[in-house]
Amino acid sequence: MSSRLVLTNIVRWFILLLFQILLLRNLSFYNMATPFVYILFLLLLPFGIPNLLLYLIAFITGLTLDAFYDTLGVHTAACVTLVFVRILFISVTVSRDGFDEPEPTLGNMGIKWFLLYAFLCTFAHHIVLFFLETFRLTEFSYTLLKCALSGIFTLFLITLIEFIFYNRKVR
Amino acid sequence: MRNLWIFISRYNAFFFFIIFFTIGVVLTVRNNSYQRSVTINSTNKVVGDVYNNLNVLKKYINLGSVNDSLAVENAKLKTEILALKNIDTAKDVLVKDTAGVPQYTYLSARVIKNSITNRNNFITINRGTADGIETNMPVISPGRGVVGFVQDVSDHLATVRSLLHKDTHISVSVKRNNAVGSLVWGDRNSDYRKAYIKDIPNHFKVNLKDTIVTSGFSFFPSGIPVGTVSNPGISTGDNFMTIEINLFNDFSTLQYVYVIKNKLAKEQTELEAKLPNEQ
Repeated sequence: MSSRLVLTNIVRWFILLLFQILLLRNLSFYNMATPFVYILFLLLLPFGIPNLLLYLIAFITGLTLDAFYDTLGVHTAACVTLVFVRILFISVTVSRDGFDEPEPTLGNMGIKWFLLYAFLCTFAHHIVLFFLETFRLTEFSYTLLKCALSGIFTLFLITLIEFIFYNRKVR
Repeated sequence: MRNLWIFISRYNAFFFFIIFFTIGVVLTVRNNSYQRSVTINSTNKVVGDVYNNLNVLKKYINLGSVNDSLAVENAKLKTEILALKNIDTAKDVLVKDTAGVPQYTYLSARVIKNSITNRNNFITINRGTADGIETNMPVISPGRGVVGFVQDVSDHLATVRSLLHKDTHISVSVKRNNAVGSLVWGDRNSDYRKAYIKDIPNHFKVNLKDTIVTSGFSFFPSGIPVGTVSNPGISTGDNFMTIEINLFNDFSTLQYVYVIKNKLAKEQTELEAKLPNEQ
């Protein structure tokens, strides 16, 4: 892993977390859809990272978010779930020795792959997040609705950001 | 043994997931209970500093409306003082108040972090143990009703469990006929301007626009206005009804709050702890 890749990811971590905490924390549509765009950082981590390091990064990211949201453990569990889904998805769809690209970005992997990848990861994250936060089954359908709307909102913003920073590799 | 090791290392993603996910869930569950030891939240020094510095901008933007609300409250208090002064002193009888000190004292605090978009919302204020804040102290908004209870305290900061939280229940009553119920938020509603009152007996008649005040049975002093009824009598099918109310307090623009110190709070909790459980 080149040092440039490490630096990019550290900068991305700070930018996305500050964006989430300072701006998106106060944003929601009718209190029904709240975006959690910081998960883009976990989505874009390079392919070559060993699993344990990946889980540790997710754990620390979640814990930082929890400190600012006053919800200890909720984001942590959600981020860890996201990483689990990420590992499963990548192991199924990308051949193990064929890591031509360093990072799973939209430009590197193509829109179809990236959308499915982001969709699965986002909803895994949101389902854990919303159900752990509510922590009761009497509001099941309502929580599910909130979760779906927020997921769509997050997915929309993630795709938008990816298209803004879209750079297709010249082959 | 070797085979087991190979098995674990081959499916390491799954086992790591189990380990880290369990840690996350354990943290969540422990955070839900009231007695907590870990403080990774906004009473933390670093997190608190970030919010404190960032709030400077927001403070200036909202200065106008904050000034207005303070002026309104000032005017109200001045009228009350005038009314007290105009009592005919000739008729006064000397009453010796042995208690001397009032039961409730107010302490003003500034909101440095607020959220309304989550299922469970917390507010952080810039007062802590150094100012005499303790957990479970009630918090109100200047002239506009209840805010919540103090949850965690550090030296100079405290978090407040806002009314917009699944574990906050406040005892309130309808001002007109003193029907007592329990004020909660949430339950298939995420509008921060609306809340529900549960467990009001069916035989009480509640009208639209009736004023709701605190009952004085919880830690709040009695008679603090909370909101007006917007939908009386949602039937629940048993002997109690649920009411929907519009809150006076606008949680989205909260800037200053009062923390209420109750001199008799400790005495009350100790006394009530002696009662046998109601079950």
